[in-house]
Amino acid sequence: MTKLTQWLWALVLLGSAWAALTLGALELPPACQEILWPLPAYLLVSAGCYALGTVGYRVATFHDCEDAARELQSQIQEARADLTRRGMRF
Amino acid sequence: MASKRTKPNSPRSLKQTEVRGPAQDKYSVLLPTYNERENLPLIVWLLVKSFSDSGINYEIIIIDDGSPDGTRDVAEQLEKIYGSDKILLRPREKKLGLGTAYIHGMKHATGNYIIIMDADLSHHPKFIPEFIRKQKEGNFDIVSGTRYKGNGGVYGWDLKRKIISRGANFITQILLRPGASDLTGSYRLYRKEVLQKLIENCVSKGYVFQMEMIVRARQLNYTIGEVPISFVDRVYGESKLGGNEVVSFLKGLLTLFATT
Repeated sequence: MTKLTQWLWALVLLGSAWAALTLGALELPPACQEILWPLPAYLLVSAGCYALGTVGYRVATFHDCEDAARELQSQIQEARADLTRRGMRF
Repeated sequence: MASKRTKPNSPRSLKQTEVRGPAQDKYSVLLPTYNERENLPLIVWLLVKSFSDSGINYEIIIIDDGSPDGTRDVAEQLEKIYGSDKILLRPREKKLGLGTAYIHGMKHATGNYIIIMDADLSHHPKFIPEFIRKQKEGNFDIVSGTRYKGNGGVYGWDLKRKIISRGANFITQILLRPGASDLTGSYRLYRKEVLQKLIENCVSKGYVFQMEMIVRARQLNYTIGEVPISFVDRVYGESKLGGNEVVSFLKGLLTLFATT
């Protein structure tokens, strides 16, 4: 099963469960019925917020490798000197 | 060394693979190059240093696609300096693409492990011994360098680039659930037969090709280990990331989503 079909199946299953419940398949207390109806919209917005928050957090904590850059620069000097000694013409 | 596990979908007969004991492991580095005249001597010097310092048996295969800037000339000098048993020149006439470069390189590789990496100094060879150690530790089929976990990271990226990178990775994780944190990275160690099998099965190009390899690897039940790496952006030369890349990345991602 491809990822796409997995998602479609999940949507169909959850969607039909939600539709059945909102149309009164089970006798649910009014409090439940009230939150059930807007639930998909609410979940969508929450997912969006989660996505933004997670990406924002990961961008903020993206590790900057200053040491690696410095080390590379000094190794480049070393490499050029050594290679020139061995006969490399740059 | 423990006997090899057998896995579904990946039969390995003794005839096909080179059976080597741990003391005889050899690592072939595939370096596809295009206009890397400035960087090539430096990356080769760093590779030789890393391998020699750790006593690892290696060879470096340079696959130049007819670079007009004299990369080939520089490669020939390196072959003279380090010996043609360590530096193998296997050039091609024109720019043909990464997948075919790997295939071409592997035909001439005598190692039982293949390391792929960028030749522009963004991937530092000092991580290769760590890749090797990780591979031995978990007997992994693939070890992938990751910029997103542990103390992996980047240098020289502005905010926009970081946002695009993290955003793309987030979408990829949600849609593909690949089991690896860095899918577009191209700094990896593969068992030779694993890389061969994956390339046979992959159809995409560019960034998406690297992603597809990991996704196919999961499908074929290969095991993947990760090592945090530092990615130092562009010391010399021009970067190859543009608006077109983002669009083709999204197209490729959706294709993988719909077909795997």
